[in-house]
Formats: sequence, structure tokens, C-alpha cells
Amino acid sequence: MSQVPHLKIEDLKVSIEDKEILKGLNLEIKGGEVHAIMGPNGTGKSTLSSAIMGHPKYEVTGGSITLDGEDVLEMAVDERARKGLFLAMQYPSEISGVTNADFLRSAINARMEEGKEISLMKFIREMDKKMKVLEMDEAFMHRYLNEGFSGGEKKRNEILQMSMLNPRIAIMDEIDSGLDIDALKIVSQGVNNMLSPELGVLVITHYQRLLNYIKPDFVHVMMQGRIVKSGGPELAEKLEAEGYDWIKKELGIVDETVGSEV
Amino acid sequence: MAKKAPELSEYQYGFHDKDVSVFRTKKGLTKEIVEEISRMKDEPEWMLEYRLKALDIFYKKPMPNWGGELKDLDFDSITYYVKPSEKQGKTWEEVPAEIKATFDKLGIPEAEQKFLAGVSAQYESEVVYHSMQEDLEKLGILFTDMDSAVREYPDIVKEYFGTVIPAADNKFAALNSAVWSGGSFIYVPKGVKCEQPLQAYFRINSENMGQFERTLIIADEDSFVHYVEGCTAPIYSTDSLHSAVVEIIVKERARCRYTTIQNWSVNVYNLVTKRAIAYADATMEWIDGNIGSKLTMKYPAVVMVGPRAKGVVISIAVAGKGMHQHAGAKMVHMAPDCSSTIVSKSMSKHGGKVTYMGLSKFGRNAQGSKSNIKCDTLILDDISTSDTIPYNEILNDNVTLEHEATVSKVSEEQLFYLMSRGLTEDEATQMIVMGFIEPFTKELPMEYAVEMNRLIKFEMEGSIG
Repeated sequence: MSQVPHLKIEDLKVSIEDKEILKGLNLEIKGGEVHAIMGPNGTGKSTLSSAIMGHPKYEVTGGSITLDGEDVLEMAVDERARKGLFLAMQYPSEISGVTNADFLRSAINARMEEGKEISLMKFIREMDKKMKVLEMDEAFMHRYLNEGFSGGEKKRNEILQMSMLNPRIAIMDEIDSGLDIDALKIVSQGVNNMLSPELGVLVITHYQRLLNYIKPDFVHVMMQGRIVKSGGPELAEKLEAEGYDWIKKELGIVDETVGSEV
Repeated sequence: MAKKAPELSEYQYGFHDKDVSVFRTKKGLTKEIVEEISRMKDEPEWMLEYRLKALDIFYKKPMPNWGGELKDLDFDSITYYVKPSEKQGKTWEEVPAEIKATFDKLGIPEAEQKFLAGVSAQYESEVVYHSMQEDLEKLGILFTDMDSAVREYPDIVKEYFGTVIPAADNKFAALNSAVWSGGSFIYVPKGVKCEQPLQAYFRINSENMGQFERTLIIADEDSFVHYVEGCTAPIYSTDSLHSAVVEIIVKERARCRYTTIQNWSVNVYNLVTKRAIAYADATMEWIDGNIGSKLTMKYPAVVMVGPRAKGVVISIAVAGKGMHQHAGAKMVHMAPDCSSTIVSKSMSKHGGKVTYMGLSKFGRNAQGSKSNIKCDTLILDDISTSDTIPYNEILNDNVTLEHEATVSKVSEEQLFYLMSRGLTEDEATQMIVMGFIEPFTKELPMEYAVEMNRLIKFEMEGSIG
């Protein structure tokens, strides 16, 4: 797995309950790169992240997703995870009665061969270290997974999982929503600590604010279920200053949401 | 005894009975059989009279029709008394490999495995048992099987036996009162705190796992005792009816905790009456796990008769294919400022059925009392079912009653979340289930919690039961 990861999405079409949301999306992410997808609400950003991870509600009707040349769409959700895909979710589920620590250890061990499971001491040391970076209270270890967590706590917990699981491609779906500015800095710091040639990152957001802390190499704008414009970090700055209207004008789009295409 | 020749029978359910010579009564229930049971146990006259009166009541009482389906229960096809031979034990080598494998999977220590498999006269456990007995004697705690208690401590037994659950309480209490055999007797003197849980399985060479156990526990003033009974190993039984009675008296300021986990095979009717009386400032806690059986009807009760008495029931019920768990709890508040808590967790899968039936009663003098009831059900597939039937009886206006009930399924979102972290679908489902019953397992002594978790895992995989 020392190979540089390479996620390739080609002409991806995705429907939910027979309604087509993604209408032919192309994107390539390699290790060491940080991509940001921006765009107003209702343009298909979250559908993209869920489809990459394999959420059962989202039906892929066309196109392909490969990771290092392997067909991701053929894989079950857990297999995708074990191959190195990670999705930090906007609304992570609550699992009562299962402590954060128990869950994380099981998730780590799910990646290990039998007999090579992480020792309890090593796990605790790792978790301690990563929690300090994210300024999470020790009590989080023993709290039930996401149960009663505030929005901000859930987001930190997602990033904690990401840092413990060492993914190869990490997708963060609106990880900034519900975070105050201090928390945003801490979470971003956590992500930045992980950046390496062995990790490709996709950040989904509709605020430029996050990109002040996690610097993207590539910025893509999504409208009507497609990437309609791509560029470097300067694109995000322009969006921050001028909004999305100029893109709509440039492309002749009246309503950017899915289903409003002419 | 002459007119009832003992039968040596053939067994069909594997290891449990195969090589053990036993002495058993004929099938069916008659006055003669009750007399014979009493005679074989060398009981005093008053116990025989008690049994015979109970038998009359049993005959007269109609079958309960408010619970699970009992129409296939045939009282005439049941053997009411089986006396295990004390001399003829079998050896560990004779226990079938698959049974040993099941025990190993459950992680049960070998000493306990041997006991469970009916291998008697094991030296190590006897030593443990005897040294424990010495410790208990120093504290003045009486801990023995019920049969011995009737002979050795007749005064205490006579004072309390049948006072919490009289024979006339219900048809199955009457049946147990007539034919009871085995069970535990515990007396904890005033002010004595027994720090070690008393475990039934240490009482080796005594009649422990009878069909009609009778247990009596008296926690005298300011005392504490924790009794642990049963185990997570599947109970293989040729007997189709298990009907126990457990009576507990918790005196002023005393605390008693009673932990049970039972895992019955699918042919067993498990119809049990469990009730405790809690005096002023006393606390009674039932930790009750029910897995398996054709039908379980069991509603551990606490009758709080003194001010500030406390009752707790924390239970789980797991029903798989062909099983019905009709279980719940009863809290009866008869004095001021009593409080009770019920936490009921039930799960059904493969077409199993779980019913929670509970009673919360507040008497006229129960002012200031409160009851908190929480019933959660997890249904694991589309063919399994659950019901919740709560009864409230309130005769005092100044009480608080909170009832919360939830029914849930393992949700697609939860599965997706856990699987997106690398857990397989089975592992993810298991984790959700373990989390669901965690409020129960965290109450168990460590080794039982570990066994319990393993058992649920195997239950989920369908490899046991």
C-alpha cells in the first residue's frame, strides 16, 4: 500500500429514488493533492461523496470509479473502507452503548490481518495523542459513539477517526458546518497534520472559509450534478469575493440546482 | 417407594443425561408422586403438608390465558422428579466434543464446564467450594441447596418459605410448591455484607438445575448479598417444563442483587415466578437475562412495603425462531417515597416474538413514590415481532410515573456508517446489538459480561441455540 493512491471518477451518473442527481461527473484525485468541491446547496455535492463510499440509497447508473485501477463500484462499503477510502460525514450516526474507543479499535482491527491486531496499550497511546491534537477531552474515549455529541463534537470525532484509520483517500463532507472559528482551526490543523504523498483529500464545502485553513491545490465548482468549472486556489478566492453568479452568467445557467437544467 | 419402581430411561438429548443413572418418578402428577418426592428427600411433615395443599391448588387453578400460548403444554407428559445419582458420575472424556467446543467458544473456564456437563466429583471445584463455605460460615452466612436447608435450618425455612409467593399465587407457583426440588437457600445475618457474589455453580453435588427449583434468600437488616445464578451455556434439557419460584426478603436497609442469565433450548416452557419484598430503605435489584425457550413467562417483582424502599429490574429478552419471550417486571409501591426503575431490552430475530408486560402499582400510602420505566425493543428482521403491554394501577395522586418505550430496527444509516469504517455487515450489526444490550451487560460481573457478549455474537451468527 505504499503506492501513491489514485482515485479516478469518470462520467459518473447517480440516481436516488429514480431521480438522476449526478449527470456525468469527472474527477481525479492523487496522493498528495487536496481538492475542494464547492457549490451552492442542491447541486449534488453530498451525493458524490455518498456514492463514492457506496451508500445503498444511491444508485450508480453509469460511469466508473476506480482506486488504483480497481473497480470501486464492485466493492461493498466495508471493502471500500479497507482499501483506503474514508468519508467524514456531515451527519454521522449515533450508536448507543458502543464506546468511541471500542468502535475505533474494532475499525482499526478490521483492517488488520488476523493475529496482527493492534495492542490495547498501543491503541490507547495513539488515541491519546490524536485526541490531544484535536483538543478533545479524554472522556470522549468512553462516551457512546456520537450519542449526545454536539455538532462540533461529531465533526471532531470524524476527524479523529480519520487520523486513526490512516485512509488513502479522505473525503470530508461539509466538515466545517456547525463549527465555530476556533474549532474550525483545530479540525483543519488535524487534517493538515495528516497531509502526505500517501493521502489524497477531497474537501466538500459551500463556504470558502474552510479553505483558508485547509489549502486546496484544485478547486472545482459543482452545479446541476456536474463539475462546471475547475481551477487553482485563486478560484476559491474569486468565489469568496464575487459569489457564484458570474459562473452562472458565464455558463448560461439560470438555476444551479439539480433538475433545473434547460 | 416399592409401588413406584424407578425407571432407568433412555435419553435422546445428548450428553446431559446419557450415562447418569437416575431415579425418576413416573410421568404425570399425582398425590402419590408428591408424597414420594417428599419421602425421598426425607422431609419433615409440614413440608409434605405444604406440598399436598399446593397440589390441590394446582389442580383447581385454571391455566393463565393472558400471556403466551400454553395449549401445547401437557402436564401428564412431564416427569416431575428426577434424582441424579450421586455416586455415578461420568468422566470429562465422555462429554461430546461439540459440547466442549461450544463451552470453549463461550470461554467458560474448564472447572465450570465440567460442572455444566454433569461431570461430578471434580476435585478443584470442591476445594474452591469448601474454602468458600468456610469463609461464609465465619460471617454467619448460610448458603446451601434448598433441600438441605429444609432439614438443616427448619426454623428459618418455615418462617419464610411461601410467604412472598404463596402456593395460591398462580398455577405455576402452586405446581412448584407441590413438586419443588433443588434451588438455593441463603440467609445473610444482620449487618453482614457479603462482598463476593454467591454463585450457584459452586454448589456442586447438589441438585442445582432442577426443573422446579425453589430459591429462598433472606437478607437481614443492613446486610448485602449478590447472588448469581445460571450461566450463558445453552441448557440442554430433555424436560419441556421449567417452573421455578424465587422468593427474596430484603429487610430494613439491606440490599440484595439477584443476577440470572438463562439460555434455554427451544423445546422448553420457562414459567417462573420471582418476587421480593423490600422493607424500609431496602433495595432489591433483579438483573435478568432470558435467551431461548419455546415460551418464557417471567416478571420479576419487587413489593416495596416500607418507606423509601427501592426496586430495580434490568432485563434482556432474546427470541429467535420458534421462541416467545413474554417477560417484564412488576413494581408494587405500598409505602411513601418508594422508587423503582425498570430497564427492559428485548430483541427478536428469525421470526421470534418478544412481549413486554409490566405492572407499576402505587398503593394508597405510596405518596411521594416514583417509577421510571424504559422498554426498548430491537427487531432484527422483517418477520420478527414485538409488543409492549404496560399496566398502571395508581391509588395515590401524589406519585410520579414515567414510561418510555421504543421499537427500532438496525438502521441502514447506522450500518452504512459502521461499514464505511471497515466493519463487515455482520460485525456492524453485532456492534449495534451489543450496544443495544449494553445497559444490561454492564450490570453483570465481568466474567459473565464477557460470556454474555460472546453468546450474543454466536446467537447473531445463528451457530448456537
